[in-house]
Amino acid sequence: MRHIISLLMENESGALSRVAGLFSARGYNIESLTVAPTEDSSLSRMTLVTIGSENVVEQIIKQLNKLIDVVKLDDITNGSHIERELMLIKVRAMTSNQRDEMKRMADVFRGRILDVTEETYTIELTGTGDKLDAFISAIESADIIETVRSGATGIARGSKSLHV
Amino acid sequence: MKLSGSEIVVQFLKDEGVEFVFGYPGGAVLHMYDAIFQQEEVKHILVRHEQGATHAADGYARSTGKPGVVLVTSGPGATNAVTGIATAHLDSIPMVVITGQVASPFIGSDAFQEVDAVGITRPCVKHNFLVKDVKDLAMTLKKAFYVATSGRPGPVVVDIPKDVTDPNIKIDYEYPKEVQMRSYNPTVKGHPGQISKAVDLILSAKRPMIYSGGGVVLSNASEELVKFTRILGYPITQTLMGLGAYPASDEQFVGMLGMHGTYEANMAMHDCDVLIAIGARFDDRVTGELKKFCPHARIIHLDIDPASISKNVKVDVPIVGDIKHVLSDLNKALKVDKQKPDSKALKAWWKQIDEWRSKDCYRYDRNSALIKPQFVIEKLHEVTHGDAIVTSDVGQHQMFAAQFYSFEKPRRWINSGGLGTMGFGLPAAIGAQLGNPDATVACVTGEASIQMCIQELSTALQYMTPIKVVNLNNRYMGMVRQWQEFFYESRYSHSYVDALPDLVKLAEAYGHVGMCIDKPEDVEGALKEAFAMKDRLVFMDFITDQKENVYPMIAAGKGHNEMHERELA
Repeated sequence: MRHIISLLMENESGALSRVAGLFSARGYNIESLTVAPTEDSSLSRMTLVTIGSENVVEQIIKQLNKLIDVVKLDDITNGSHIERELMLIKVRAMTSNQRDEMKRMADVFRGRILDVTEETYTIELTGTGDKLDAFISAIESADIIETVRSGATGIARGSKSLHV
Repeated sequence: MKLSGSEIVVQFLKDEGVEFVFGYPGGAVLHMYDAIFQQEEVKHILVRHEQGATHAADGYARSTGKPGVVLVTSGPGATNAVTGIATAHLDSIPMVVITGQVASPFIGSDAFQEVDAVGITRPCVKHNFLVKDVKDLAMTLKKAFYVATSGRPGPVVVDIPKDVTDPNIKIDYEYPKEVQMRSYNPTVKGHPGQISKAVDLILSAKRPMIYSGGGVVLSNASEELVKFTRILGYPITQTLMGLGAYPASDEQFVGMLGMHGTYEANMAMHDCDVLIAIGARFDDRVTGELKKFCPHARIIHLDIDPASISKNVKVDVPIVGDIKHVLSDLNKALKVDKQKPDSKALKAWWKQIDEWRSKDCYRYDRNSALIKPQFVIEKLHEVTHGDAIVTSDVGQHQMFAAQFYSFEKPRRWINSGGLGTMGFGLPAAIGAQLGNPDATVACVTGEASIQMCIQELSTALQYMTPIKVVNLNNRYMGMVRQWQEFFYESRYSHSYVDALPDLVKLAEAYGHVGMCIDKPEDVEGALKEAFAMKDRLVFMDFITDQKENVYPMIAAGKGHNEMHERELA
C-alpha cells in the first residue's frame, strides 16, 4: 500500500540525511520526499511517500518516531486527506497545430502555460500524482522535452492537523 | 563564571559527575586536553587506540550503569572510535563520545584530519550533534548525556570544531541542570490497560515461559524480575545480554536460550503457550528461523522502545515502558489478582522441562588429556566464587563463558552481544576495573580476539588495573573453525593462525605476569595463583583442545526444537 507520511522535524542541519539514511539503512522504499521550512522557523515539514506492507509501514513510522529530531508525525493516508504535487513540463510547440493541441491539453488538465517560446511551452500542473501521470500519457512522448516534479505533499482534511 | 569552550567541556563533565574520560589526544582536541591538564577531578585514561577508548568506556558503563565518556580527535580519531560506538549502539549502552573537529572555517575543505564525523557515525548512534557555537556547547553536552542515558540508552556523539574550544574566547557558563526536548520524551510507565491484559494472559498460561534480556540489566530491574518470576513460579530463560539479571543457580532458571542455549530453554520456547518477553528484542541469534519461532505461543512483550515491538515477531500484548516500572506494576497487579497460576498445568510443564533438563546438554568430555575450555571456565567460576566481573571477546570462548560461568548478579557479564566485536574484552575489562576498583575482573578471550586490541595491555599497566586475562588458546578462530567444520566440510579457510606470538613473553614485555598452562591438572592451581596476585595483571595462556565445539547449536534456518547436540562416546 502507498502511504503518505507527514512529519515535523527540528530544523537542524542534517535532519534530511537522518531520514534518508534511515530509509537506505533499513531497506525501506521511498517514492518521494519533500522538505521545506514551516511558518515556525524552528521546524521543517517533510512529506514522505512510501510503499510497503502494513508491518513495514508500521516499522517505518516507529523508526521515524525514534529519530530524536522528529517532533511529530502522521500517516495522512489513514484518514481523508488532500494530496498535491506540482509538475513543470516543457513541451514542443512548433506548428500551430501543435500549439493549439498543447494549449487545449493544458486547459483540460487545468494547467497553466508559464513560458512561451517560438518552439516550446512550459506548463505548470498541480494535482495528485495520478493526474500528473495522466497528463504525461495524454500527450505524445516525443513532444516532451523536460519534466520536473516536486514530489507529493499533503494535508489532512477537516480540523485534524499536524502541528506542535 | 567566564570560561572558554575547552574549559566548559571539562567543567561540564565535572558538574555532570563524570569520573573518567577515556581518550587519546590529537590536533583538534588540544585545547580540551590543555583544560584537562589543569584540573584533577575528571580523570583522563589514556588508551593506546581509540577503539580501546570506546570499549573501555563501554565496559565502565555496563559494569557501573553510569554513562561512559570518550574524547578523541578528528579524522582517524573519530573513525577508529566507530567500531566501539557501533558496539555500544547495538547493545544500547549509554555513552557520550566527544570528537574533535577541524575548525569551523575549514569544515568541508578536506582539511588535515577532517572527516564528517556526524555523517559517519549517524547510522550507529542514538543521536549526534555538531556544535557550531560555543554558546550552545553546555546545553548540547547536557542533551547528549540526557539522550544517552534515558529511554533506550545508546551512544551519542558530540562533534566539536577546534575554534569552538578556543581558549581565548570566554563566555558565561552555568551548568544546565535540566533539559527539555519537545521531540524526545521516552515513555516510562506502562499503559494500565495493557498491564491488565497482560496479567490475564499470564495467568491463563498452561505452559508459560519468561524470556528476559539485556533491557532488564539496563533498567536495573533485576530485583523486580526475580520477584515477578518467583510470584508466578514460571520457568525463565535469559538471553546472552540478560545473563545475571536472574540468578543462574535458581531452580526456575532453565539456562540461556538461542543458538547456543540449553536444550531445555529452547525446547520450552518451542512448546510454550504464553511467552513473556521482558527487555529482549527477538534477535536472530535467539529466535532461530522466525517461521518456526514459538509456534504455539501468545506473546507479551515489555520494552522501552516501541520500535522493538513486533519488529521481528508479531506480539499479542505489547507494553511500552521502562522495565523496572512495568515489572513493578505487574507485580502489584499479580498480587491483588484473585486468579492464581494454574498449578496443575504448571506441575506437568515443570515435569516436562526437568525431563529435558536431565539431558545435561552442556556435557563434555571431562576425562580429556587436553584442557577443555569449558573446564577452565568452571574452574574460573570456582576460584572467583562466581562473583567476578567477566568480560569477553567474541567467539567460542564467549559462548563457553556464557554457558559455564553461572552469573548470579547483573552487570557481571560484559560482552559484545549485538555487534560481536572481537577486541572488546580487554579494554572493556580495564573500564570495568576502573569503575569497580574492588571487584575481581576477568577477561575471557581467545588468541585471535585478544590480538585485536592487545595494545591496551599497556593502558592496563599505566593505570594498574589488575585484570586477569583467561586466554583460551586453541590456535584457531574457534567459532569460524566450528562453522567451517559443520557447514563447509572442514575446509578451514584462514581460520588457523600460523604465526602466533609467545603470549607469555608478550604479557611480560608489557610489564605484566604471563603464565602458560597446558595440562588440565594445572588449571586450578594457575587460576588460584593468578587471582592471588591482587595488584598485578596476569595473562594466563591456556592451551586448549583445538577441536572443541560449542554445543548445543541451532543452525541457520532451524527452529528451537532442531538443535545439534553433542555426541559423547
